[in-house]
Amino acid sequence: MIALFLRDLKLSIRAGGGALIGVLFFMTIVAVIPFGVGPDLNLLARIGPAIVWIGALLSALLGLDRLFQAEREDGSLDLLLMHETPLVLTVAVKCLAHWVGTSLPLVIASPLLGLFMNMDETAIAAVMLTLIVGSPAITFIGAVGAAVAVVLPRGGLLVSILVLPLTVPVLIFGVSATYAAVQEPAPFMPPFLILVAITLFFAALGPAAAALALRNSAE
Amino acid sequence: MSENSLAITKFSDLANPTRFLALVARVLPWMAGTTALLFALGLYLGFAAEGDYQQGETVRIMYVHVPAAWLSMMCYTVMAASAIGTLVWRHPLADVSAKTAAPLGAGFTLIALITGSLWGKPMWGTWWVWDARLTSVFVLFLMYLGLIALNRAMDDPSKAARVSAVLILVGFVNIPIIKFSVEWWNTLHQPASVVRLDGPTIDPEFLRPLLVMAVAFTVLFFTLHLAAMRNEILRRRVSAQRRLAARMAAREA
Repeated sequence: MIALFLRDLKLSIRAGGGALIGVLFFMTIVAVIPFGVGPDLNLLARIGPAIVWIGALLSALLGLDRLFQAEREDGSLDLLLMHETPLVLTVAVKCLAHWVGTSLPLVIASPLLGLFMNMDETAIAAVMLTLIVGSPAITFIGAVGAAVAVVLPRGGLLVSILVLPLTVPVLIFGVSATYAAVQEPAPFMPPFLILVAITLFFAALGPAAAALALRNSAE
Repeated sequence: MSENSLAITKFSDLANPTRFLALVARVLPWMAGTTALLFALGLYLGFAAEGDYQQGETVRIMYVHVPAAWLSMMCYTVMAASAIGTLVWRHPLADVSAKTAAPLGAGFTLIALITGSLWGKPMWGTWWVWDARLTSVFVLFLMYLGLIALNRAMDDPSKAARVSAVLILVGFVNIPIIKFSVEWWNTLHQPASVVRLDGPTIDPEFLRPLLVMAVAFTVLFFTLHLAAMRNEILRRRVSAQRRLAARMAAREA
């Protein structure tokens, strides 16, 4: 399992530079927003957390269709399916490796983009914290979509369409927790704890459903 | 085939498409007739009922809007039950049922969205607000369309059915989460007023046509669903026959 984790991690960092492209895409999205809404710093500070969250969500989806596709192409997916360790565990490890490889760099890049957006220190810290907690949920939900689309010849776009509606709760609670940290009256903990609950819930459900879909599509 | 062999005693007997088709052929005209009668009665009651003292004539939109919204959710429940049937019992008709229910569900959701929008313009003064109920129904609509796209993207119908069954079930767990998350987030749409613990708060004058229309919509859904399932079975037979014919032609050539 640790070997699989390290292998996936190395692949995502070295070959093709998946992690780097994700961060670049993230920065591009956030950089394009001021062109659209204008360079008003107060407005940017107000919508900043939401923009950073949406950017992170889209860039996390960007690499998801490769989660099982490359394994299928070189045949190692069949080996993983036949392996004696439970498939659910394998999928969970692959999700974790994918998260460390692509979502963690996004979290690390988010303070810089927060500065671009003229957000204050509390907001930046809150965005980082909510992203760390919330982005695994996106990966676990996306794993189901990736497993479903693994048999499709051109699954990339379809994965995003299928997965985005399911990630709505993550986005809502991530952004509302961030705003709660900045604006005084609203308490920070309730939305944050719900975000944690959503992540844990999909950590249990996502790998199981993805494993089921992989088994069914492999037959 | 004698009449006896077509008798359906167990649910699993429906797995035989010929039996199912025979049953549909017998039941469908009755269901279509019931639908037409109920719609006639419901529309008559709906137009005969008085207008609301505040909303005036626009309250009649409710008789289409509310049942369509209920049906959009019931349809997803039917799809989830079929998905369980596909994954657990490998029931061949469950594939067909889940696949054909998706466009129907998308249709009912679209009706609910459009009529709601038409109703919102005179009442709220806007076509669309990002309110909890509207947003979650819109997300449901997107999920229906995504499932249809997924089903279309695969050639092998049984594989497509099994893979989309997984997604239907994941979506089914997620629908309550989406619903409650947007509910806490922002709201304008009125809360439920018919199904609640302390009895309906809506006047019986409006409730009667509403319930008749709800039953009419439900029967309409099952009629359309059975007809769509029959068409899907026939379509699969035609494509199987075509494949067979092509193979025969290749052998002769």
